[in-house]
Amino acid sequence: MAVKSLNSIRRNFSPWTDPAAKPYIQFENVTKQFGDFTAVNNLSLTIYEREFYALLGASGCGKSTLLRMLAGFDEPTSGRILLDGQDLRGVPPHKRPVNMMFQSYALFPHMTVEKNIAFGLKQEGMASADIAKRVAEMLKLVKLEQFAKRKPHQLSGGQRQRVALARSVAKRPKVLLLDEPLGALDKKLREETQFELMDLQQDLGLTFVVVTHDQEEAMTMADRIAILDKGEVMQVATPQEIYEAPGSRFVANFVGSMNLFEGEVTRRDETSADIQIGPDLLIRTVNPGNSERKAGVNYAVRPEKIRVSSKKPEETGVNSAQGEIFDIAYLGDVTNYNVKLDDGRIVKATVINSNRLAEDPLTWGDRAWISFKPDAGIVLTR
Amino acid sequence: MTQSFAPGADPATPPPAATSSGMHGFLRGLSGKLVIIVPYLWLLVFFLVPFLIVAKISLSETATAMPPYQPTFDGLTGFLSKLSSFSFDNYLWLTEDALYFKAYVSSVVIAAISTVLTLLVGYPMAYGMARAPTTIRPTLVMLVILPFWTSFLIRVYAWIGILKPEGLLNQFLLWTGVIDTPLVILNTHTAIFIGIVYSYLPFMVLPLYAALEKMDHSLVEAAQDLGCTPTGAFWKVTFPLSRPGVIAGCMLVFIPAVGEFVIPDLLGGSQTLMIGRTLWNEFFSNRDWPVASAVAVILLLLLVIPIMIFQQAQAKTQEQGR
Repeated sequence: MAVKSLNSIRRNFSPWTDPAAKPYIQFENVTKQFGDFTAVNNLSLTIYEREFYALLGASGCGKSTLLRMLAGFDEPTSGRILLDGQDLRGVPPHKRPVNMMFQSYALFPHMTVEKNIAFGLKQEGMASADIAKRVAEMLKLVKLEQFAKRKPHQLSGGQRQRVALARSVAKRPKVLLLDEPLGALDKKLREETQFELMDLQQDLGLTFVVVTHDQEEAMTMADRIAILDKGEVMQVATPQEIYEAPGSRFVANFVGSMNLFEGEVTRRDETSADIQIGPDLLIRTVNPGNSERKAGVNYAVRPEKIRVSSKKPEETGVNSAQGEIFDIAYLGDVTNYNVKLDDGRIVKATVINSNRLAEDPLTWGDRAWISFKPDAGIVLTR
Repeated sequence: MTQSFAPGADPATPPPAATSSGMHGFLRGLSGKLVIIVPYLWLLVFFLVPFLIVAKISLSETATAMPPYQPTFDGLTGFLSKLSSFSFDNYLWLTEDALYFKAYVSSVVIAAISTVLTLLVGYPMAYGMARAPTTIRPTLVMLVILPFWTSFLIRVYAWIGILKPEGLLNQFLLWTGVIDTPLVILNTHTAIFIGIVYSYLPFMVLPLYAALEKMDHSLVEAAQDLGCTPTGAFWKVTFPLSRPGVIAGCMLVFIPAVGEFVIPDLLGGSQTLMIGRTLWNEFFSNRDWPVASAVAVILLLLLVIPIMIFQQAQAKTQEQGR
């Protein structure tokens, strides 16, 4: 890939770049059909041990089905799933070394917090003294020591989420599956819990597979994200790669917001390319991509990489255009501008309000210039 | 003074519509009470008053007259003087003749066995209904209720045709060669059990279905995920959570089954001892209204206790918040 070193900035962990690393979970050409509906279509994925892996997609993209097949509630129609080299076909849920945290939490309403956490350990036949010890440990881990004797309905949503988490990690599973783990929490609690989940995963050394529709959640927590659409994998990459080097227009549009300029490659060499977008805008990029195609390519550039100014940029021949301010959304930390170029194109630009008072105030209808650097965007051919 | 945007903060503005809301509130309170008063009045006139009359008759002495009893209590005038003349002889009589005790015990035993059998038949049905695709569930509920559209009496009569020695069941079994002499089912306890299970099945299935249907299936999946076999998950999660339905269903079958008259009379034959039949015989054959009334009062007390247990159990589940 032409993009320079987009490694995970979170931690030094990237077994997927090591050809010698053994995959831990493998989906091999897995297809799942429910009647006429194909939920998962000939999908292959590899997940490594201790990885925090996110399945991201809109509802109905098949991400939950993947999780349920891994847990054993559904069997693939065709293809196979391997866990640590062992084929999981025919292994019932209660015999899989995998635990799941359900979206609804699925806490047993007739049992106390303590009994809920102890449930899996009892099934294992663990001695009651050991169970008590482990439960106390788990309660401490999720900071619910004083709620041990409560029933689930006596807890808040956040507390229930923690009980569900404690119950699912109590058995020390090899893999923890999390189905929209933070979906039912409010925004503030969600942000706090994201970091707690990451710490927990690090401390226990577990492999996490999390299903989510919330891209921010996936970006924050995951080592790698698989973007799914209609039962197929669109791209698997680190959050940074997904954001800065999306592999297709679908991924580019799905994650964050994106300006896509469709045009024709007029010049191309090893290190750069020129793309003519309409008559007024010529883009010169240092990320030419791997396309040999001339026409119908897209140049994708994120709004925050576009500068908006009333002043004319120093270099006007390339990577800049003139237009007028069409819409302004002031969000406090940033201001989003929609600039209508003279050829009618709308360009989204995000300006970070690093100063309390803007030095170059722009308002509706003002003439303005947009400009960006040669490495601001990438060329997409799909 | 700081500017206030809250209109209510101005002390000069009276609370809106204070006077009219008083009258409106009164009417609403009245109509709310009326909704409760009407059924209670109904119960008072058609249940409590007749029961007091029965209780009064049970304290009277038998007489060959029309009505065939001697009143010992006329209104409030002679209340204190007559109090001493209350006769508990009828109740004593119930303890002296072993027939009544046997009839009560036999009724409770038959009702209890029938209830357990109904539960065993009804639970899988309700479970199947609750697990069925949501689109066909209303149809399944409809099918359970459907027998109510035919007279109860006719349906019980129909069982005679099935169970009698030359009936459909025996003909079928003889034809298939499973048996070579007809089974005697009619006029036995077996026939009563079949009759009660058949007649009261909907009362068992519907509360069980209600309890099982609202249960989140992911609870069962969670149990399996944590290492339970499907059977283990049923006993540790599904069954405990359906307990309110089990209790409701059992009470709805047990209580009427204790006092059941038609089924033992038609299917159980003459030798069946059940309290409903004993009551009938005392009333219509012996024309001993006071003893019959005493039997009825004791039967009622016998049934009130299970109802109280039932209500306590319900209060407990409500407390659990599920």
